[in-house]
Amino acid sequence: MRNFFDTLVSRQDMIQDAFLEHIYLSFVAVAIGIAIALPTGIIIARYRRYAEPVIGVTAIFQTIPSLALFGFLVPILGIGSPTALIALIIYALLPILRNTYTGITGVDGSTIEAGRGMGMTRTQILRQIELPLALPFIMAGIRTATVLTVGIATLATFVGAGGLGDIIYRGLQSYNNALVLAGALPVALLAIGFDLILKWIEKRATPKGLKN
Amino acid sequence: MIRFEQVTKRFQDGTEALKDVSVVFPTHKLTAVIGPSGCGKTTLMRMVNKLETPTAGDIFIDEKSITGLDEVQLRRSIGYVIQRIGLFPHMTIEDNVSLVPRLLEWPKDRTAKRVEELLELVGLEPEIYKERYPLELSGGQQQRVGVVRALAGNPNIILMDEPFSALDPISREQLQDDLRNLQQEIQKTIVFVTHDMDEALKIADRVVVMRDGKIEQVGSPQELISEPANEFVRSFIGPSRINRQRSFGERKLKEFISIFTGEPMGDALQVSGETKIDDAFSKLETSGHSYLRIVDGDRILAYASDRDLVKAALRKEEGEKV
Repeated sequence: MRNFFDTLVSRQDMIQDAFLEHIYLSFVAVAIGIAIALPTGIIIARYRRYAEPVIGVTAIFQTIPSLALFGFLVPILGIGSPTALIALIIYALLPILRNTYTGITGVDGSTIEAGRGMGMTRTQILRQIELPLALPFIMAGIRTATVLTVGIATLATFVGAGGLGDIIYRGLQSYNNALVLAGALPVALLAIGFDLILKWIEKRATPKGLKN
Repeated sequence: MIRFEQVTKRFQDGTEALKDVSVVFPTHKLTAVIGPSGCGKTTLMRMVNKLETPTAGDIFIDEKSITGLDEVQLRRSIGYVIQRIGLFPHMTIEDNVSLVPRLLEWPKDRTAKRVEELLELVGLEPEIYKERYPLELSGGQQQRVGVVRALAGNPNIILMDEPFSALDPISREQLQDDLRNLQQEIQKTIVFVTHDMDEALKIADRVVVMRDGKIEQVGSPQELISEPANEFVRSFIGPSRINRQRSFGERKLKEFISIFTGEPMGDALQVSGETKIDDAFSKLETSGHSYLRIVDGDRILAYASDRDLVKAALRKEEGEKV
C-alpha cells in the first residue's frame, strides 16, 4: 500500500497527463457517438423498417472483441488518437442508438394521435412530445455508453493514443503492481464519477409529470 | 355543417371501411355516430380532420371542400377528443389545454385567460389544477381536461372518438351530463363516435347508425326508437335498451296515459292501468297482440302499442314530466 502511494506521488505528472488524456478520449468519443446515434435513432424510429438492419449492424460491431477492433483499425488508419477515437465511437453507438429508438417508439400512441389530431406538425410532435418523453431512455443509453467507453479507452494505449492504459501497460511490463493500480484506480473512479453525474442529469431530464 | 358526399374509403389491405356514404352533420347539433366495431364510424369521423383521406367522394365543411385545405391548419381549427384521452404526461394541465392556442400563436395573456375560463367551465379550479400534471388527476378529471383542450382554440367543430368509454360508469354518466349542459352553452357542431346506444340516445340531437361501412338510419333519438328503419337498427336499439330501463319498467301504465294517443289497429289486449310497464311489454309479446287497451275498471283510458311504450320511455328520460 505504501508502495502504491509512493508511486502515485513519484509518477504524479505522468498519471495526471494520462488521466486528462483519458477524459479527453472518452468525452470526445461519447460526444461524437451521441452526434451520430441520436439522429440515427430518431430516423429509424420514424422509418421503422430500417430499424432492425441498422441496430443489427451496430450490434455486430459491439460483438467484435475490443482488442481485436483496435488491431483491425491500425493497418487502415495507422496509430494515434483518431484510430482510438473511431474504435471508441463504434462501441458507444449501440447503447445510445438502441435506447433512443426504444424510447421514441415506446411513447404512448394516444399522445401522438392527439397531437396529430390537434394539428401539430411532425417536427412539433418530435420536439414537443416524442423527445421529452423519450429523454429518460436516451439519457440511460448515454450513461451506459459513457461507462463502457471509459473502460475500453484503456486499450487506446495499444494504438499509441495514451490514456490511463499507458500507466497500466507500463506497470504490467515492469511487474509493478502499484503502477498497475495507479492506472486502474483512476479509470474506475472516472467511470463511477461520470455515471453519477449522468445519473443526476438523467433524473433532472425526466419530465416532471412522469415522476410519481 | 359537415357534409359527406358519396365517400368511399378503401384501405391498403383492401377492406372497405366506408361504402359510398352521404351524410350531413348539421351546425350546432351534437350528432352521435354509432355502430358495432368495425362499422367505419371512427374512419368516418377521422376523415373530417383529414386523419384519413377518402378513396372516392368528397367532404365539405360549410359547403367548402376540405380536399384542397392544408391538413395541419384544418386540424387546428377542429377540436379533437380521443378515447384514450391522450393528454401529454410531461406537460402541466395548463400546457395541455393551451396547446392549440400556442400552435395558433395566440398572445400569451389571451391564452392564459382562455385556460382559466375553460377549466372553470368543467369545474376544475384553475388555481389548483393549472400546475398539476395529468397523472395526478383521476380518469374523469383527465377526460374533462381532454374535452376542454379540444375547445381551447374555439373551434366550430369538435370530433369526439368514444371519449367516455374508458371511464368508470359514474364518471361516464357525469361527463355525459356535463357534455349535454356544455353543449347548451357552447352550441358547437359535434361529431360524437360511440358504440353505446344509451350514451347516443342520451346526449345526441341526431344519431347516425352505421353497419359495414354503410349508414342504416339517421334520425333523432326518438325517431330511432319509435321508427327503426330496419331489423338491424331495431335490434341494435331495442331490447337491450328497453331492458335497461329498469326504473321505468317498474312504473305503471296509468302514469303515461297522456302520451298514449294511438288508435287500435286490430285486436287489443285488455290490461289494467295498474300494470307495470315491464309486464305490459311481456304481455304484448307473448299474447301476439299489437295493442294494449288500458282500462280502469270498465273505463277505457287509452290504447298503446309497443312503440308508444318506447316513446314513453324516451320522454321520461328526457326529463319531461309525465
